[in-house]
Amino acid sequence: MSRIRILFQKKNKKVLNVYCTAGFPQLNSTIEVMQALEKNGADIIELGMPYSDPLADGPVIQASSMVAIQNGMTVKELFRQLKGFREKISVPVVLMGYMNSALQYGFEKFCEDASALGVDGLILPDLPIHEFDSYYGAIIKKNNLDFIFLVTPETSEDRIRELDKRSSGFIYAVSSSSTTGSDKDMSHVDAYLKKLSGYKLNNPVLVGFGIKDKESFEKASRHTNGAIIGSAYIKALQQSNDVAKATKEFLEPVLN
Amino acid sequence: MEKKLKWTEPDQWGYYGEFGGSYISEMLYPNVEELRQHYVEILKDPSFISEFQLLLRDYAGRPTPLFYAERLSDKYKSQIYLKREDLCHTGAHKINNTIGQILMAIRRGKKRIIAETGAGQHGVATATVCALKGLECIVYMGEKDIERQAPNVARMKMMGAVVIPAVSGSKTLKDATNEAIRDWINHPEDTHYIIGSVVGPHPYPDMVARFQSVISEEMKKQLEEHTGRTIPHRVIACVGGGSNAAGAFYHFLENEEVELIAVEAAGEGVDSGKSAATTALGKSGVLHGSKSLVMQTDDGQVVEPHSISAGLDYPGIGPLHADLFKRGRAKFMNATDEDALKAAFELSRLEGIIPALESAHALSVLGKIGLKPEETTVVCLSGRGDKDLATYMKNMDLK
Repeated sequence: MSRIRILFQKKNKKVLNVYCTAGFPQLNSTIEVMQALEKNGADIIELGMPYSDPLADGPVIQASSMVAIQNGMTVKELFRQLKGFREKISVPVVLMGYMNSALQYGFEKFCEDASALGVDGLILPDLPIHEFDSYYGAIIKKNNLDFIFLVTPETSEDRIRELDKRSSGFIYAVSSSSTTGSDKDMSHVDAYLKKLSGYKLNNPVLVGFGIKDKESFEKASRHTNGAIIGSAYIKALQQSNDVAKATKEFLEPVLN
Repeated sequence: MEKKLKWTEPDQWGYYGEFGGSYISEMLYPNVEELRQHYVEILKDPSFISEFQLLLRDYAGRPTPLFYAERLSDKYKSQIYLKREDLCHTGAHKINNTIGQILMAIRRGKKRIIAETGAGQHGVATATVCALKGLECIVYMGEKDIERQAPNVARMKMMGAVVIPAVSGSKTLKDATNEAIRDWINHPEDTHYIIGSVVGPHPYPDMVARFQSVISEEMKKQLEEHTGRTIPHRVIACVGGGSNAAGAFYHFLENEEVELIAVEAAGEGVDSGKSAATTALGKSGVLHGSKSLVMQTDDGQVVEPHSISAGLDYPGIGPLHADLFKRGRAKFMNATDEDALKAAFELSRLEGIIPALESAHALSVLGKIGLKPEETTVVCLSGRGDKDLATYMKNMDLK
């Protein structure tokens, strides 16, 4: 059974997934950031592979990716840094990134190496169903990696079921409208998540937008299995020179 | 891989050979899928066709002439024709596509139009049709390009468009495209994205190629009037993303007698590190929603290209062209900044036509391909050079 599946089976509270960008804030801070996240209560680590043209990310994560690329982060360097990381980190780790990075590394080798290092799953937002079915999905499965598809409020029920069928680990629920925040929007979001939960999908659902503190984490996970924090944590890292301290100060109020 | 019957026709998933497809996130899926399901049907609708053709004629000024360039022909001792896309309304072939797409957007009930632009030509062509049809228009343009292309920014604003600077990444065309796609993600219901070239996820490359195919459709008729034959020996066009080349090649692709030459921008030289010659420098990869040839590092980071011509300054190429390159249907050449400048001055002096820097790249290979006296060559003169005057004035000594 995959590490992610075990987590969802065992966990009786909401799951918190936190995103960080590999090679940010320093080239060699990747493992330090991941350790700090685990220590301070993150249940899953979503490790971003920095890409020059990250279309599914907002400006904060893109800016951190630019810094990481300038720091010298590459997929090869990341895999070098991840060697032996399972001795230090036990929570599930999913790699988030874009198809082009995996393609240039060599897709098959990318999956083999990630799996051998102890990575649990992949989020590649620009790998659509057709391409997944015709070629890439089999390679991902063969290497025992979970694959996490995204759904949005505009995704039809039929399509959500198709995506659920192909997903393993969890489903990543995002909003196609990044302009959330007002009460009216939040009630929309609530209705959407309630609808999702009513579908009784095979996979757990994590919500991934606009989560920045305890209140938004609790709201977002009311109808789901938990939530994902991205930009808000990257911002916290930007504003501090001390990874351990920044992570503790950021996560403590979310979880307590 | 399935055997493809025609060069011009991608398979149902948008693949031209190994290139194309639709590598988009779920956030874009409903918008792109809706377009994919309806575009062919709309394109075949007789009322759409007649509306499109009427606007091409009365608004864009088509057909554009096919001009026998006598002095240029004398110089190269051959028969050279210019397809005068520079005489289109707004000064370039870009308007063919924006007219088609605005009509497509209206049919699908969209109220808001977004576009990306590099030099501003596609942005102007989009702002133009939005004014014509009374639709809201937002153009994303790299912050650096806004500084460099002030007259085109002014034209867009004068026609009511909102120009939003792209401040991410390298602040040029690639980033303007990223920002436009993000806008589209955030407005899934009311917005149509008018992509300016034969790039992007399926069905864009095919749809834009079809709108631009009017160029070669007219060329066939006009060639027959001039030469008695509907085909030339060769067609030459410049390629950035590749929309004018797609249009100029389209109706000749299945006839292998016709030599097709695509000219990319070599910038300061293919190996100078400041180039935009994608087929020479690129590898297979995914950029802006399709698999094609992309200029990138070993790690897959997209590289910032360079060309004196902002319209060719793009690190990718449409999947149709990547397929033509890979399977050898078109010959890919390149021209440096200096080659293009020289060709622009030559055409100005010999024919009294100041070409756009983009089109000058196509002209610059005329002396390098061993033209024979009896051969007819059509060069697609994709745009006029008014927008490039500042660059030309700086280089007057090259004449």
